[in-house]
Amino acid sequence: MHSRSDWNRTRRAGRRGLGDALFDMVADWGQLIVEAATNVGHLALFSWNALSWLVSRVPQRDTLLSSFYQIGVRSLPVVALTGTFIGMVLAVQSYYQFSDLGLETRLGAVINMSLVRELGPVLAATMLAGRVGSAMAAELGTMRVTEQIDALTCMGANPIYFLVVPRVLACVILIPSLTIMADFMGVVGGMAYSVCVLNIDKFHYWQNAKDFVSSWDVFYGVLKSVFFGAAIALVSCHRGFCCGVGAEGVGRAATAAFVISFVLILMLDLSVGITLDTFHNYFWPEGTRMF
Amino acid sequence: MQSTHLTNSAGAQLLIEVRDLGVRFATQTVLRGINLAIPTGQTVALIGESGCGKTVLLKSLIGLIKPYQGATFFAGQNLVNMPEKQLTAQRKRFGFLFQNAALFDSMTVGQNVAFPLRQARTHVPEAIRQVVLSKLAEVGLPDEVINKKPVELSGGMRKRVGLARALASNPEVLLYDEPTTGLDPIVSDVINELILRTRRHHTATSVVVTHDMRTARKVADRVVMIFPLERLADDESQIIFDGTPAELERSQDRRVSQFVRGEAGDRLMEMRENL
Repeated sequence: MHSRSDWNRTRRAGRRGLGDALFDMVADWGQLIVEAATNVGHLALFSWNALSWLVSRVPQRDTLLSSFYQIGVRSLPVVALTGTFIGMVLAVQSYYQFSDLGLETRLGAVINMSLVRELGPVLAATMLAGRVGSAMAAELGTMRVTEQIDALTCMGANPIYFLVVPRVLACVILIPSLTIMADFMGVVGGMAYSVCVLNIDKFHYWQNAKDFVSSWDVFYGVLKSVFFGAAIALVSCHRGFCCGVGAEGVGRAATAAFVISFVLILMLDLSVGITLDTFHNYFWPEGTRMF
Repeated sequence: MQSTHLTNSAGAQLLIEVRDLGVRFATQTVLRGINLAIPTGQTVALIGESGCGKTVLLKSLIGLIKPYQGATFFAGQNLVNMPEKQLTAQRKRFGFLFQNAALFDSMTVGQNVAFPLRQARTHVPEAIRQVVLSKLAEVGLPDEVINKKPVELSGGMRKRVGLARALASNPEVLLYDEPTTGLDPIVSDVINELILRTRRHHTATSVVVTHDMRTARKVADRVVMIFPLERLADDESQIIFDGTPAELERSQDRRVSQFVRGEAGDRLMEMRENL
């Protein structure tokens, strides 16, 4: 049986425990904030290093072509498929609201505008962050774990120039190209579903689409995808380079590459969107068009 | 940049010198106060238990790991704080055989061996091919492997390709990280023979990290034993032995003799206490 003094000691210990728990919690949050700030700083330096190499030396042809093939050619089917389904889903979801108002023929404008300005670039980038970004992080992470990156350094090759620059260049050039493909397939998919399944008049569908969607809208979406491409490549390569040990480290790097890329895509979507709209409104006030 | 002309007490010219080196990862200190001088042409075996910091020391010699204190000199030049461009030039004077060979998976064997030559930009493509074939022959590999991918090779063959790649640019220093780990006794001895042959033909200075005593006895002129820092007192040196292989066998230090004979002794009890 416990004595009164034991009970007091336990109570005091309990109080110390609570204090310790609070202290630990503050320390944990502090550590998280410091780690996050360190990672952001490291990513910024890594990006600066990669961009410096990008402008100062032409990447080697072999590594560049290999990256172009992996990122561009092999992503083509999945991006085309995604684009087609986005267009068709938009047609399905919008049709009932528009038909209630008798505006079915305006469906083309809504589908095409949504596709080229938002859904095409964002969903294509998200798909590519999963397919290309995770693969890049896993590949570079494996190279880090198996000391291949150290081997490159030992032989006088700069790993950023050799591994990161071709991937960044491929993403910056090919993700916008893939976005154009996603937009095109979405437009075709939306039109095919609207005309063939929903029996909307083809002429008016296109006429409305042409009236509402301008060249600026297409440019707006493609320009955003350039930023998405750079973000996916830099974040994924950075995660691969900072990969922890073993298979778990590689898995974490691949997951982190996708999650961070996705969050960055959404943040860039907002910030670049606002900037471009402001730019457009300044130079081409309401009612006028860039092209 | 600090540059000094280095000689040891016997008057031999030093190629590598480590002064008061300390390496730390986050809060864990792996190396502390390491002093080591390696004359030109010597083969040094770095031995010690797993996790004592042998590979970290080896990578510090080539500037792959930055220390928190001390300096590493190569040919009289301090590699710590050296500008990256100059460090890259110095690194080309080293050959490094990594623990698992670290061959580039995306390249063929030929491209792997040719890589340091392509980086150096000193050879035309046909000359590169000739060097690749001669280096593969030197490590006992047939010409047919040139077009194979590293995944198609056995562990021993990968190590030999790694050695051929390390030798490709005729380096002044060869660094071997656990060259025989994971190999059967015969292939291990093949690698040991190759290290010896390389030493004879290339007269390179070599540092071999190993915990295989047969390798240490066979290839080394000198053996240096490192002890894990967490089992040392604050004022104790981390290098607990520095001498010839013959002296190693006669060492009276219990920690050294226990390692040389491969005896568990009271380590199991210590490990349990540390859990």
